[in-house]
Amino acid sequence: MRGYILRRCWHSAVTLAGVSILVFVILRVVPGDPAKMLLPEGAPQSAVDELNRHLGLTEPLWIQYGLFLGSVARGDFGQSFQYRAPALRVVVERVPATVQLTLAAMVLTVLAGASLGVLAAVRQGTGYDYAGTVLAVLGQSLPNFWLGIMLILLFGVTLRWLPTSGFQSWRHLILPAVTLAAFPTALVARLTRSSLLEILGQDYIRTGRAKGLGEPRVVLRHAMKNALLPLLTVVGLQIGTLLGGAVITESIFAWPGMGKLVVDAIFFRDFPVVQTVLILSATIFVAINLVVDLLYTVVDPRIRYE
Amino acid sequence: MSRLVRHPMILVGGTLLLAVVVASVCAPLLAPADPIKPAFGQRLAPPRGLGGGAAHPLGTDNLGRDILARLLYGGRFSLTLAGCALLLGAGGGVVVGLAAGVFGGRLDDVVMRLADVQLAFPVIMLAIAIMAVVGTSPTAIVSVLALSGWVLYARTVRASVLAIREADYVEAARVLGASQARVVLRHISPNTLAPILVLASSQFATMVLLESGLSFLGLGIQPPQPSWGAMLAEGRDYLSNAWWLATVPGIAISLVVLGANLLGDGLRDLLDPRL
Repeated sequence: MRGYILRRCWHSAVTLAGVSILVFVILRVVPGDPAKMLLPEGAPQSAVDELNRHLGLTEPLWIQYGLFLGSVARGDFGQSFQYRAPALRVVVERVPATVQLTLAAMVLTVLAGASLGVLAAVRQGTGYDYAGTVLAVLGQSLPNFWLGIMLILLFGVTLRWLPTSGFQSWRHLILPAVTLAAFPTALVARLTRSSLLEILGQDYIRTGRAKGLGEPRVVLRHAMKNALLPLLTVVGLQIGTLLGGAVITESIFAWPGMGKLVVDAIFFRDFPVVQTVLILSATIFVAINLVVDLLYTVVDPRIRYE
Repeated sequence: MSRLVRHPMILVGGTLLLAVVVASVCAPLLAPADPIKPAFGQRLAPPRGLGGGAAHPLGTDNLGRDILARLLYGGRFSLTLAGCALLLGAGGGVVVGLAAGVFGGRLDDVVMRLADVQLAFPVIMLAIAIMAVVGTSPTAIVSVLALSGWVLYARTVRASVLAIREADYVEAARVLGASQARVVLRHISPNTLAPILVLASSQFATMVLLESGLSFLGLGIQPPQPSWGAMLAEGRDYLSNAWWLATVPGIAISLVVLGANLLGDGLRDLLDPRL
Protein backbone atom coordinates (compact mmCIF):
# COMPACT_ATOMS: atom_id res chain seq x y z
CA MET A 1 0.00 0.00 0.00
CA ARG A 2 2.70 2.46 0.99
CA GLY A 3 4.68 1.31 -2.02
CA TYR A 4 1.74 2.12 -4.27
CA ILE A 5 1.34 5.61 -2.80
CA LEU A 6 5.04 6.32 -3.21
CA ARG A 7 5.03 5.05 -6.79
CA ARG A 8 1.97 7.12 -7.62
CA CYS A 9 3.59 10.25 -6.13
CA TRP A 10 6.77 9.55 -8.11
CA HIS A 11 4.70 9.28 -11.32
CA SER A 12 3.07 12.62 -10.56
CA ALA A 13 6.48 14.19 -9.99
CA VAL A 14 7.76 12.82 -13.31
CA THR A 15 4.64 14.16 -15.05
CA LEU A 16 5.16 17.61 -13.52
CA ALA A 17 8.81 17.56 -14.65
CA GLY A 18 7.50 16.78 -18.15
CA VAL A 19 5.01 19.62 -17.84
CA SER A 20 7.83 22.04 -17.07
CA ILE A 21 9.85 20.77 -20.05
CA LEU A 22 6.86 21.15 -22.39
CA VAL A 23 6.15 24.69 -21.22
CA PHE A 24 9.85 25.50 -21.53
CA VAL A 25 9.92 24.18 -25.09
CA ILE A 26 6.74 25.99 -26.17
CA LEU A 27 7.57 29.38 -24.67
CA ARG A 28 11.38 29.45 -24.68
CA VAL A 29 12.63 27.25 -27.51
CA VAL A 30 9.95 27.45 -30.22
CA PRO A 31 9.76 31.26 -30.49
CA GLY A 32 13.47 31.62 -31.34
CA ASP A 33 13.86 34.94 -29.51
CA PRO A 34 11.89 34.53 -26.30
CA ALA A 35 13.30 37.64 -24.62
CA LYS A 36 11.53 39.76 -27.24
CA MET A 37 8.34 37.80 -26.62
CA LEU A 38 8.58 38.13 -22.85
CA LEU A 39 8.89 41.92 -23.09
CA PRO A 40 6.21 44.39 -24.15
CA GLU A 41 6.24 45.25 -27.83
CA GLY A 42 8.68 48.00 -28.73
CA ALA A 43 10.93 47.40 -25.73
CA PRO A 44 14.40 48.90 -26.28
CA GLN A 45 17.23 46.59 -27.36
CA SER A 46 19.01 47.22 -24.05
CA ALA A 47 16.03 45.71 -22.19
CA VAL A 48 16.05 42.70 -24.53
CA ASP A 49 19.76 42.16 -23.90
CA GLU A 50 19.26 42.60 -20.16
CA LEU A 51 16.48 39.99 -20.05
CA ASN A 52 18.52 37.65 -22.24
CA ARG A 53 21.29 37.85 -19.67
CA HIS A 54 18.88 37.55 -16.74
CA LEU A 55 17.18 34.43 -18.18
CA GLY A 56 20.53 33.05 -19.25
CA LEU A 57 19.31 32.80 -22.85
CA THR A 58 22.88 32.99 -24.10
CA GLU A 59 23.68 29.74 -22.25
CA PRO A 60 23.19 26.23 -23.69
CA LEU A 61 19.60 24.94 -23.60
CA TRP A 62 19.99 22.57 -20.67
CA ILE A 63 21.44 25.31 -18.47
CA GLN A 64 18.60 27.58 -19.59
CA TYR A 65 16.14 24.89 -18.53
CA GLY A 66 17.86 24.58 -15.15
CA LEU A 67 17.60 28.33 -14.61
CA PHE A 68 13.94 28.26 -15.69
CA LEU A 69 13.18 25.42 -13.29
CA GLY A 70 15.04 27.22 -10.50
CA SER A 71 13.02 30.40 -10.88
CA VAL A 72 9.74 28.44 -11.13
CA ALA A 73 10.64 26.58 -7.94
CA ARG A 74 11.24 29.93 -6.22
CA GLY A 75 7.81 31.06 -7.40
CA ASP A 76 9.36 33.60 -9.77
CA PHE A 77 7.31 33.35 -12.97
CA GLY A 78 8.39 36.75 -14.28
CA GLN A 79 6.62 40.09 -14.39
CA SER A 80 3.24 40.48 -16.05
CA PHE A 81 3.63 43.54 -18.25
CA GLN A 82 -0.09 43.93 -18.68
CA TYR A 83 -0.61 44.31 -14.92
CA ARG A 84 2.92 45.41 -13.95
CA ALA A 85 3.01 42.89 -11.11
CA PRO A 86 4.54 39.44 -10.52
CA ALA A 87 2.78 37.00 -12.88
CA LEU A 88 2.20 34.46 -10.12
CA ARG A 89 0.32 37.01 -8.01
CA VAL A 90 -1.79 38.10 -10.98
CA VAL A 91 -2.77 34.49 -11.67
CA VAL A 92 -3.35 33.48 -8.05
CA GLU A 93 -5.73 36.41 -7.61
CA ARG A 94 -7.89 34.88 -10.36
CA VAL A 95 -7.90 31.37 -8.95
CA PRO A 96 -10.86 31.79 -6.55
CA ALA A 97 -13.22 32.82 -9.36
CA THR A 98 -12.26 29.79 -11.44
CA VAL A 99 -12.51 27.47 -8.45
CA GLN A 100 -15.97 28.85 -7.65
CA LEU A 101 -17.14 28.32 -11.23
CA THR A 102 -15.66 24.84 -11.66
CA LEU A 103 -16.91 23.72 -8.24
CA ALA A 104 -20.44 24.90 -9.05
CA ALA A 105 -20.24 23.11 -12.40
CA MET A 106 -18.86 20.01 -10.70
CA VAL A 107 -21.67 19.85 -8.16
CA LEU A 108 -24.20 20.37 -10.95
CA THR A 109 -22.51 17.65 -13.02
CA VAL A 110 -22.58 15.07 -10.25
CA LEU A 111 -26.12 15.85 -9.08
CA ALA A 112 -27.75 16.19 -12.49
CA GLY A 113 -25.63 13.55 -14.22
CA ALA A 114 -26.07 10.90 -11.54
CA SER A 115 -29.83 11.53 -11.15
CA LEU A 116 -30.41 11.39 -14.90
CA GLY A 117 -28.32 8.24 -15.13
CA VAL A 118 -30.05 6.50 -12.23
CA LEU A 119 -33.48 7.45 -13.54
CA ALA A 120 -32.64 6.15 -17.02
CA ALA A 121 -31.22 2.89 -15.67
CA VAL A 122 -34.08 2.18 -13.25
CA ARG A 123 -36.68 2.98 -15.87
CA GLN A 124 -34.78 1.32 -18.71
CA GLY A 125 -36.61 1.36 -22.02
CA THR A 126 -39.24 3.88 -20.94
CA GLY A 127 -39.77 7.48 -21.99
CA TYR A 128 -37.48 8.65 -19.15
CA ASP A 129 -34.68 6.52 -20.53
CA TYR A 130 -35.08 7.86 -24.07
CA ALA A 131 -35.44 11.45 -22.92
CA GLY A 132 -32.31 11.05 -20.82
CA THR A 133 -30.40 9.58 -23.75
CA VAL A 134 -31.47 12.42 -26.06
CA LEU A 135 -30.46 15.00 -23.43
CA ALA A 136 -27.10 13.28 -22.99
CA VAL A 137 -26.42 13.15 -26.72
CA LEU A 138 -27.35 16.83 -27.06
CA GLY A 139 -25.21 17.77 -24.07
CA GLN A 140 -22.22 16.15 -25.72
CA SER A 141 -22.86 17.72 -29.11
CA LEU A 142 -23.66 21.36 -28.37
CA PRO A 143 -20.43 23.37 -28.32
CA ASN A 144 -20.24 25.12 -24.95
CA PHE A 145 -19.49 28.48 -26.54
CA TRP A 146 -22.73 28.22 -28.49
CA LEU A 147 -24.75 26.90 -25.58
CA GLY A 148 -23.51 29.82 -23.49
CA ILE A 149 -24.55 32.34 -26.11
CA MET A 150 -27.95 30.72 -26.55
CA LEU A 151 -28.50 30.80 -22.77
CA ILE A 152 -27.60 34.49 -22.81
CA LEU A 153 -30.01 35.02 -25.69
CA LEU A 154 -32.85 33.22 -23.90
CA PHE A 155 -32.42 34.12 -20.22
CA GLY A 156 -30.55 37.39 -20.55
CA VAL A 157 -31.71 39.16 -23.69
CA THR A 158 -35.22 37.77 -24.25
CA LEU A 159 -36.57 36.85 -20.80
CA ARG A 160 -34.27 39.16 -18.80
CA TRP A 161 -34.26 36.73 -15.88
CA LEU A 162 -30.54 36.41 -15.28
CA PRO A 163 -27.46 38.61 -15.61
CA THR A 164 -25.23 37.63 -18.53
CA SER A 165 -21.85 38.86 -17.38
CA GLY A 166 -19.94 39.76 -14.26
CA PHE A 167 -19.24 38.28 -10.88
CA GLN A 168 -21.31 40.13 -8.29
CA SER A 169 -23.79 37.55 -6.93
CA TRP A 170 -24.80 33.90 -7.06
CA ARG A 171 -27.24 34.75 -9.85
CA HIS A 172 -24.25 35.61 -12.02
CA LEU A 173 -22.97 32.11 -11.45
CA ILE A 174 -26.01 30.25 -12.85
CA LEU A 175 -25.55 30.64 -16.61
CA PRO A 176 -21.77 30.07 -16.69
CA ALA A 177 -22.07 27.03 -14.40
CA VAL A 178 -24.82 25.46 -16.54
CA THR A 179 -22.80 26.14 -19.69
CA LEU A 180 -19.69 24.58 -18.25
CA ALA A 181 -21.52 21.60 -16.74
CA ALA A 182 -23.48 20.55 -19.85
CA PHE A 183 -20.80 18.36 -21.43
CA PRO A 184 -19.56 16.52 -18.31
CA THR A 185 -23.16 16.08 -17.09
CA ALA A 186 -24.01 14.24 -20.28
CA LEU A 187 -20.95 12.04 -19.87
CA VAL A 188 -21.69 11.25 -16.22
CA ALA A 189 -25.34 10.48 -17.02
CA ARG A 190 -24.39 7.98 -19.73
CA LEU A 191 -21.75 6.37 -17.59
CA THR A 192 -24.00 6.10 -14.53
CA ARG A 193 -26.71 4.54 -16.64
CA SER A 194 -24.49 1.91 -18.22
CA SER A 195 -22.57 0.95 -15.09
CA LEU A 196 -25.75 0.84 -12.98
CA LEU A 197 -27.49 -1.35 -15.57
CA GLU A 198 -24.59 -3.77 -15.47
CA ILE A 199 -24.64 -3.92 -11.66
CA LEU A 200 -28.42 -4.27 -11.42
CA GLY A 201 -28.10 -7.55 -13.33
CA GLN A 202 -25.83 -9.11 -10.70
CA ASP A 203 -26.64 -11.83 -8.20
CA TYR A 204 -26.24 -9.82 -5.03
CA ILE A 205 -28.84 -7.35 -6.26
CA ARG A 206 -31.28 -10.21 -6.81
CA THR A 207 -30.44 -11.43 -3.33
CA GLY A 208 -31.20 -7.99 -1.96
CA ARG A 209 -34.54 -7.90 -3.72
CA ALA A 210 -35.32 -11.47 -2.73
CA LYS A 211 -34.84 -10.75 0.94
CA GLY A 212 -37.43 -8.01 0.59
CA LEU A 213 -35.39 -4.81 0.46
CA GLY A 214 -37.22 -1.87 -1.05
CA GLU A 215 -36.18 -0.86 -4.56
CA PRO A 216 -34.77 2.54 -3.49
CA ARG A 217 -32.60 0.82 -0.92
CA VAL A 218 -31.36 -1.75 -3.43
CA VAL A 219 -30.50 0.90 -6.03
CA LEU A 220 -29.13 3.66 -3.84
CA ARG A 221 -27.33 1.67 -1.17
CA HIS A 222 -26.28 -1.56 -2.82
CA ALA A 223 -25.95 -0.80 -6.51
CA MET A 224 -24.79 2.82 -6.41
CA LYS A 225 -21.93 1.95 -4.08
CA ASN A 226 -20.34 -0.09 -6.84
CA ALA A 227 -21.30 2.31 -9.59
CA LEU A 228 -19.34 5.00 -7.75
CA LEU A 229 -15.91 3.77 -8.75
CA PRO A 230 -15.99 4.38 -12.51
CA LEU A 231 -17.86 7.59 -11.73
CA LEU A 232 -15.03 8.78 -9.53
CA THR A 233 -12.45 8.28 -12.29
CA VAL A 234 -14.53 10.15 -14.82
CA VAL A 235 -15.33 13.00 -12.48
CA GLY A 236 -11.63 13.25 -11.62
CA LEU A 237 -10.67 13.37 -15.28
CA GLN A 238 -13.39 15.92 -15.96
CA ILE A 239 -11.48 18.44 -13.83
CA GLY A 240 -9.22 18.89 -16.85
CA THR A 241 -12.21 19.31 -19.15
CA LEU A 242 -13.74 21.81 -16.73
CA LEU A 243 -10.53 23.84 -16.46
CA GLY A 244 -10.29 23.86 -20.25
CA GLY A 245 -13.99 24.63 -20.67
CA ALA A 246 -13.55 27.47 -18.20
CA VAL A 247 -11.26 29.17 -20.73
CA ILE A 248 -14.14 29.61 -23.15
CA THR A 249 -16.98 29.90 -20.63
CA GLU A 250 -15.21 32.63 -18.67
CA SER A 251 -14.55 34.54 -21.88
CA ILE A 252 -18.23 34.42 -22.86
CA PHE A 253 -19.57 35.54 -19.48
CA ALA A 254 -16.72 37.94 -18.60
CA TRP A 255 -16.07 35.79 -15.52
CA PRO A 256 -12.82 37.07 -13.96
CA GLY A 257 -11.04 33.72 -13.58
CA MET A 258 -7.85 32.09 -14.90
CA GLY A 259 -9.44 31.18 -18.23
CA LYS A 260 -10.41 34.72 -19.15
CA LEU A 261 -7.04 35.87 -17.85
CA VAL A 262 -5.11 33.53 -20.15
CA VAL A 263 -7.15 34.49 -23.23
CA ASP A 264 -6.66 38.20 -22.51
CA ALA A 265 -2.98 37.58 -21.78
CA ILE A 266 -2.49 35.97 -25.17
CA PHE A 267 -3.89 38.99 -26.96
CA PHE A 268 -1.64 41.28 -24.90
CA ARG A 269 1.23 38.88 -25.60
CA ASP A 270 1.68 38.71 -21.81
CA PHE A 271 3.63 35.44 -21.92
CA PRO A 272 4.76 35.38 -18.29
CA VAL A 273 1.07 35.11 -17.35
CA VAL A 274 0.42 32.44 -20.01
CA GLN A 275 3.34 30.42 -18.69
CA THR A 276 2.08 30.71 -15.11
CA VAL A 277 -1.47 29.66 -15.97
CA LEU A 278 -0.21 26.65 -17.95
CA ILE A 279 2.03 25.40 -15.14
CA LEU A 280 -0.51 26.13 -12.41
CA SER A 281 -3.45 24.43 -14.14
CA ALA A 282 -1.37 21.36 -15.03
CA THR A 283 -0.21 21.14 -11.42
CA ILE A 284 -3.79 21.36 -10.14
CA PHE A 285 -4.84 18.64 -12.59
CA VAL A 286 -2.00 16.28 -11.63
CA ALA A 287 -2.64 16.85 -7.92
CA ILE A 288 -6.37 16.17 -8.23
CA ASN A 289 -5.78 12.97 -10.18
CA LEU A 290 -3.34 11.81 -7.54
CA VAL A 291 -5.98 12.42 -4.89
CA VAL A 292 -8.62 10.60 -6.96
CA ASP A 293 -6.36 7.58 -7.38
CA LEU A 294 -5.68 7.47 -3.66
CA LEU A 295 -9.38 7.89 -2.91
CA TYR A 296 -9.99 4.64 -4.83
CA THR A 297 -8.54 2.67 -2.00
CA VAL A 298 -11.01 4.31 0.37
CA VAL A 299 -14.07 3.97 -1.85
CA ASP A 300 -13.35 0.41 -2.88
CA PRO A 301 -11.81 -1.68 -0.08
CA ARG A 302 -11.47 -4.58 -2.54
CA ILE A 303 -8.58 -2.75 -4.15
CA ARG A 304 -5.25 -3.65 -2.57
CA TYR A 305 -2.13 -2.32 -4.18
CA GLU A 306 1.10 -4.20 -3.91
CA MET B 1 -26.71 -3.94 -44.86
CA SER B 2 -29.08 -5.64 -42.45
CA ARG B 3 -26.47 -5.00 -39.75
CA LEU B 4 -26.63 -1.30 -40.58
CA VAL B 5 -30.39 -1.32 -40.12
CA ARG B 6 -29.92 -2.74 -36.64
CA HIS B 7 -27.59 0.14 -35.86
CA PRO B 8 -29.58 3.16 -36.99
CA MET B 9 -27.15 5.51 -35.25
CA ILE B 10 -24.52 4.76 -37.91
CA LEU B 11 -27.03 5.56 -40.63
CA VAL B 12 -28.31 8.76 -39.01
CA GLY B 13 -24.86 9.98 -37.97
CA GLY B 14 -23.27 9.12 -41.31
CA THR B 15 -26.07 10.82 -43.25
CA LEU B 16 -25.81 13.97 -41.14
CA LEU B 17 -22.05 14.18 -41.67
CA LEU B 18 -22.33 13.39 -45.36
CA ALA B 19 -25.01 16.05 -45.84
CA VAL B 20 -22.82 18.75 -44.27
CA VAL B 21 -19.79 17.65 -46.29
CA VAL B 22 -21.72 17.60 -49.57
CA ALA B 23 -23.29 20.99 -48.84
CA SER B 24 -19.86 22.49 -48.15
CA VAL B 25 -18.34 20.99 -51.28
CA CYS B 26 -21.26 22.31 -53.38
CA ALA B 27 -21.06 25.75 -51.73
CA PRO B 28 -20.92 27.75 -55.00
CA LEU B 29 -24.03 25.97 -56.32
CA LEU B 30 -26.10 26.30 -53.15
CA ALA B 31 -25.07 29.84 -52.25
CA PRO B 32 -23.95 31.91 -55.23
CA ALA B 33 -23.37 35.04 -53.10
CA ASP B 34 -19.83 36.21 -52.29
CA PRO B 35 -18.92 35.03 -48.76
CA ILE B 36 -16.24 37.68 -48.19
CA LYS B 37 -17.16 40.93 -49.99
CA PRO B 38 -19.19 43.28 -47.73
CA ALA B 39 -22.47 44.74 -49.03
CA PHE B 40 -23.30 47.48 -46.55
CA GLY B 41 -26.63 48.24 -48.20
CA GLN B 42 -28.13 45.01 -46.88
CA ARG B 43 -26.75 44.66 -43.35
CA LEU B 44 -28.47 42.32 -40.85
CA ALA B 45 -31.25 41.11 -43.15
CA PRO B 46 -33.37 38.46 -41.36
CA PRO B 47 -33.64 34.91 -42.71
CA ARG B 48 -36.30 34.02 -45.23
CA GLY B 49 -39.64 33.38 -43.53
CA LEU B 50 -38.80 35.89 -40.80
CA GLY B 51 -39.16 38.88 -43.06
CA GLY B 52 -36.12 38.33 -45.28
CA GLY B 53 -36.02 37.96 -49.03
CA ALA B 54 -35.28 34.91 -51.15
CA ALA B 55 -31.85 36.26 -52.08
CA HIS B 56 -30.46 35.47 -48.63
CA PRO B 57 -32.16 32.33 -47.23
CA LEU B 58 -30.37 32.60 -43.87
CA GLY B 59 -30.15 36.40 -43.82
CA THR B 60 -27.05 38.58 -43.87
CA ASP B 61 -24.45 39.48 -41.25
CA ASN B 62 -23.20 42.78 -39.84
CA LEU B 63 -21.32 43.54 -43.07
CA GLY B 64 -24.22 42.52 -45.32
CA ARG B 65 -22.62 39.23 -46.36
CA ASP B 66 -24.83 36.24 -47.14
CA ILE B 67 -24.83 33.96 -44.07
CA LEU B 68 -25.57 30.78 -46.03
CA ALA B 69 -22.55 31.40 -48.25
CA ARG B 70 -20.31 32.12 -45.26
CA LEU B 71 -21.65 29.05 -43.51
CA LEU B 72 -20.92 26.72 -46.41
CA TYR B 73 -17.51 28.19 -47.25
CA GLY B 74 -16.67 28.22 -43.55
CA GLY B 75 -17.63 24.55 -43.45
CA ARG B 76 -15.00 23.86 -46.08
CA PHE B 77 -12.31 25.26 -43.78
CA SER B 78 -13.61 23.63 -40.60
CA LEU B 79 -14.12 20.19 -42.12
CA THR B 80 -10.84 20.21 -44.06
CA LEU B 81 -8.79 21.33 -41.07
CA ALA B 82 -10.50 18.84 -38.78
CA GLY B 83 -10.10 16.04 -41.35
CA CYS B 84 -6.39 16.71 -41.91
CA ALA B 85 -5.78 16.95 -38.16
CA LEU B 86 -7.67 13.71 -37.64
CA LEU B 87 -5.54 11.83 -40.20
CA LEU B 88 -2.30 13.29 -38.88
CA GLY B 89 -3.14 12.67 -35.22
CA ALA B 90 -4.47 9.17 -35.86
CA GLY B 91 -1.48 8.27 -38.06
CA GLY B 92 1.05 9.52 -35.53
CA GLY B 93 -0.80 8.02 -32.59
CA VAL B 94 -1.19 4.61 -34.23
CA VAL B 95 2.50 4.38 -35.16
CA VAL B 96 3.60 5.45 -31.69
CA GLY B 97 1.09 3.14 -29.99
CA LEU B 98 2.13 0.16 -32.15
CA ALA B 99 5.79 0.82 -31.43
CA ALA B 100 5.18 1.19 -27.68
CA GLY B 101 3.07 -1.96 -27.55
CA VAL B 102 5.34 -4.12 -29.69
CA PHE B 103 8.75 -3.06 -28.38
CA GLY B 104 7.70 -2.28 -24.79
CA GLY B 105 10.47 -1.48 -22.32
CA ARG B 106 12.07 1.95 -22.20
CA LEU B 107 10.24 3.20 -25.32
CA ASP B 108 6.90 2.25 -23.82
CA ASP B 109 7.73 4.07 -20.57
CA VAL B 110 8.75 7.23 -22.38
CA VAL B 111 5.66 7.27 -24.60
CA MET B 112 3.24 6.71 -21.74
CA ARG B 113 4.89 9.40 -19.59
CA LEU B 114 4.69 11.79 -22.57
CA ALA B 115 1.01 10.98 -22.85
CA ASP B 116 0.51 11.72 -19.13
CA VAL B 117 2.30 15.05 -19.49
CA GLN B 118 0.14 16.10 -22.37
CA LEU B 119 -3.08 15.01 -20.72
CA ALA B 120 -2.17 17.18 -17.71
CA PHE B 121 -2.94 20.29 -19.77
CA PRO B 122 -6.47 21.26 -20.70
CA VAL B 123 -6.35 20.78 -24.50
CA ILE B 124 -7.68 24.21 -25.32
CA MET B 125 -5.14 25.92 -23.05
CA LEU B 126 -2.21 24.12 -24.64
CA ALA B 127 -3.64 24.87 -28.09
CA ILE B 128 -4.07 28.60 -27.51
CA ALA B 129 -0.58 28.88 -26.00
CA ILE B 130 0.97 27.20 -29.04
CA MET B 131 -1.15 29.20 -31.49
CA ALA B 132 -0.10 32.41 -29.75
CA VAL B 133 3.58 31.53 -30.15
CA VAL B 134 3.63 30.12 -33.69
CA GLY B 135 0.85 32.24 -35.25
CA THR B 136 -2.50 31.36 -36.75
CA SER B 137 -1.71 29.69 -40.07
CA PRO B 138 -3.82 26.72 -41.25
CA THR B 139 -0.72 24.50 -40.89
CA ALA B 140 -0.38 25.60 -37.27
CA ILE B 141 -4.06 24.88 -36.61
CA VAL B 142 -3.81 21.39 -38.08
CA SER B 143 -0.62 20.65 -36.14
CA VAL B 144 -2.09 21.82 -32.85
CA LEU B 145 -5.25 19.77 -33.37
CA ALA B 146 -3.25 16.70 -34.38
CA LEU B 147 -0.96 17.15 -31.39
CA SER B 148 -3.97 17.17 -29.10
CA GLY B 149 -5.32 13.98 -30.69
CA TRP B 150 -2.41 11.53 -30.91
CA VAL B 151 -2.45 10.52 -27.23
CA LEU B 152 -5.80 8.74 -27.32
CA TYR B 153 -4.90 6.70 -30.40
CA ALA B 154 -1.51 5.81 -28.97
CA ARG B 155 -3.06 4.60 -25.71
CA THR B 156 -5.86 2.69 -27.45
CA VAL B 157 -3.57 0.96 -29.95
CA ARG B 158 -1.01 0.15 -27.26
CA ALA B 159 -3.69 -1.43 -25.09
CA SER B 160 -5.00 -3.62 -27.93
CA VAL B 161 -1.49 -4.61 -28.99
CA LEU B 162 -0.73 -5.74 -25.45
CA ALA B 163 -3.88 -7.86 -25.50
CA ILE B 164 -3.29 -9.30 -28.98
CA ARG B 165 0.48 -9.82 -28.68
CA GLU B 166 0.05 -12.93 -26.56
CA ALA B 167 -2.82 -14.41 -28.60
CA ASP B 168 -2.32 -17.96 -29.88
CA TYR B 169 -2.58 -17.06 -33.53
CA VAL B 170 0.18 -14.48 -33.18
CA GLU B 171 2.33 -17.07 -31.44
CA ALA B 172 1.54 -19.46 -34.30
CA ALA B 173 2.64 -16.93 -36.88
CA ARG B 174 5.92 -16.46 -34.99
CA VAL B 175 6.51 -20.19 -34.75
CA LEU B 176 5.93 -20.50 -38.49
CA GLY B 177 8.83 -18.12 -38.96
CA ALA B 178 7.07 -14.86 -39.74
CA SER B 179 9.33 -11.84 -39.31
CA GLN B 180 8.66 -9.25 -36.61
CA ALA B 181 7.52 -6.73 -39.24
CA ARG B 182 5.14 -9.24 -40.79
CA VAL B 183 3.65 -10.18 -37.45
CA VAL B 184 3.05 -6.53 -36.57
CA LEU B 185 1.71 -5.43 -39.95
CA ARG B 186 -0.25 -8.50 -41.02
CA HIS B 187 -1.37 -10.05 -37.76
CA ILE B 188 -1.44 -7.45 -35.00
CA SER B 189 -2.32 -4.12 -36.58
CA PRO B 190 -5.47 -5.23 -38.48
CA ASN B 191 -7.02 -6.24 -35.17
CA THR B 192 -6.50 -2.81 -33.66
CA LEU B 193 -8.56 -1.27 -36.45
CA ALA B 194 -12.00 -1.48 -34.83
CA PRO B 195 -11.22 0.63 -31.75
CA ILE B 196 -9.34 3.12 -33.95
CA LEU B 197 -12.37 3.58 -36.21
CA VAL B 198 -14.64 4.15 -33.22
CA LEU B 199 -12.20 6.59 -31.70
CA ALA B 200 -11.63 8.43 -34.98
CA SER B 201 -15.27 9.19 -35.57
CA SER B 202 -15.82 10.63 -32.11
CA GLN B 203 -12.47 12.43 -32.37
CA PHE B 204 -13.69 14.12 -35.54
CA ALA B 205 -16.31 15.77 -33.35
CA THR B 206 -13.63 16.87 -30.91
CA MET B 207 -11.48 18.29 -33.73
CA VAL B 208 -14.38 20.32 -35.14
CA LEU B 209 -15.21 21.60 -31.66
CA LEU B 210 -11.61 22.52 -30.96
CA GLU B 211 -11.14 24.23 -34.31
CA SER B 212 -14.29 26.30 -33.93
CA GLY B 213 -13.38 27.00 -30.29
CA LEU B 214 -10.03 28.38 -31.41
CA SER B 215 -11.56 30.55 -34.11
CA PHE B 216 -14.25 31.65 -31.63
CA LEU B 217 -11.44 33.00 -29.44
CA GLY B 218 -9.84 34.65 -32.49
CA LEU B 219 -6.96 32.16 -32.73
CA GLY B 220 -8.16 30.11 -35.70
CA ILE B 221 -8.90 31.01 -39.32
CA GLN B 222 -8.50 34.77 -39.58
CA PRO B 223 -11.13 37.17 -40.99
CA PRO B 224 -12.34 37.97 -43.57
CA GLN B 225 -12.22 34.22 -44.33
CA PRO B 226 -15.41 32.69 -42.96
CA SER B 227 -15.21 30.17 -40.13
CA TRP B 228 -17.97 28.86 -37.89
CA GLY B 229 -16.34 29.82 -34.62
CA ALA B 230 -15.53 33.36 -35.74
CA MET B 231 -19.07 33.84 -37.15
CA LEU B 232 -20.43 32.87 -33.74
CA ALA B 233 -18.10 35.31 -31.99
CA GLU B 234 -19.13 38.15 -34.34
CA GLY B 235 -22.81 37.31 -33.85
CA ARG B 236 -22.45 37.71 -30.09
CA ASP B 237 -22.55 41.51 -30.45
CA TYR B 238 -25.89 41.39 -32.27
CA LEU B 239 -27.90 39.11 -29.99
CA SER B 240 -30.56 41.70 -29.22
CA ASN B 241 -31.32 42.76 -32.81
CA ALA B 242 -30.08 39.92 -35.06
CA TRP B 243 -30.05 36.68 -33.09
CA TRP B 244 -29.64 34.50 -36.21
CA LEU B 245 -26.03 35.62 -36.64
CA ALA B 246 -24.88 33.59 -33.65
CA THR B 247 -27.55 30.90 -33.89
CA VAL B 248 -26.95 29.59 -37.41
CA PRO B 249 -23.21 28.71 -37.21
CA GLY B 250 -23.82 27.03 -33.84
CA ILE B 251 -26.43 24.77 -35.41
CA ALA B 252 -23.94 23.83 -38.13
CA ILE B 253 -21.25 22.92 -35.58
CA SER B 254 -23.76 20.98 -33.47
CA LEU B 255 -24.98 18.98 -36.49
CA VAL B 256 -21.45 17.91 -37.41
CA VAL B 257 -20.57 17.04 -33.82
CA LEU B 258 -23.86 15.20 -33.35
CA GLY B 259 -23.34 13.28 -36.60
CA ALA B 260 -19.79 12.26 -35.66
CA ASN B 261 -20.82 11.28 -32.12
CA LEU B 262 -23.72 9.15 -33.35
CA LEU B 263 -21.49 7.51 -35.94
CA GLY B 264 -18.91 6.77 -33.25
CA ASP B 265 -21.50 5.32 -30.84
CA GLY B 266 -23.06 3.23 -33.61
CA LEU B 267 -19.69 1.91 -34.78
CA ARG B 268 -18.81 0.96 -31.21
CA ASP B 269 -22.05 -0.99 -30.85
CA LEU B 270 -21.47 -2.66 -34.21
CA LEU B 271 -17.78 -3.49 -33.88
CA ASP B 272 -17.51 -4.20 -30.19
CA PRO B 273 -20.67 -5.76 -28.79
CA ARG B 274 -19.01 -6.13 -25.38
CA LEU B 275 -19.13 -2.39 -24.71
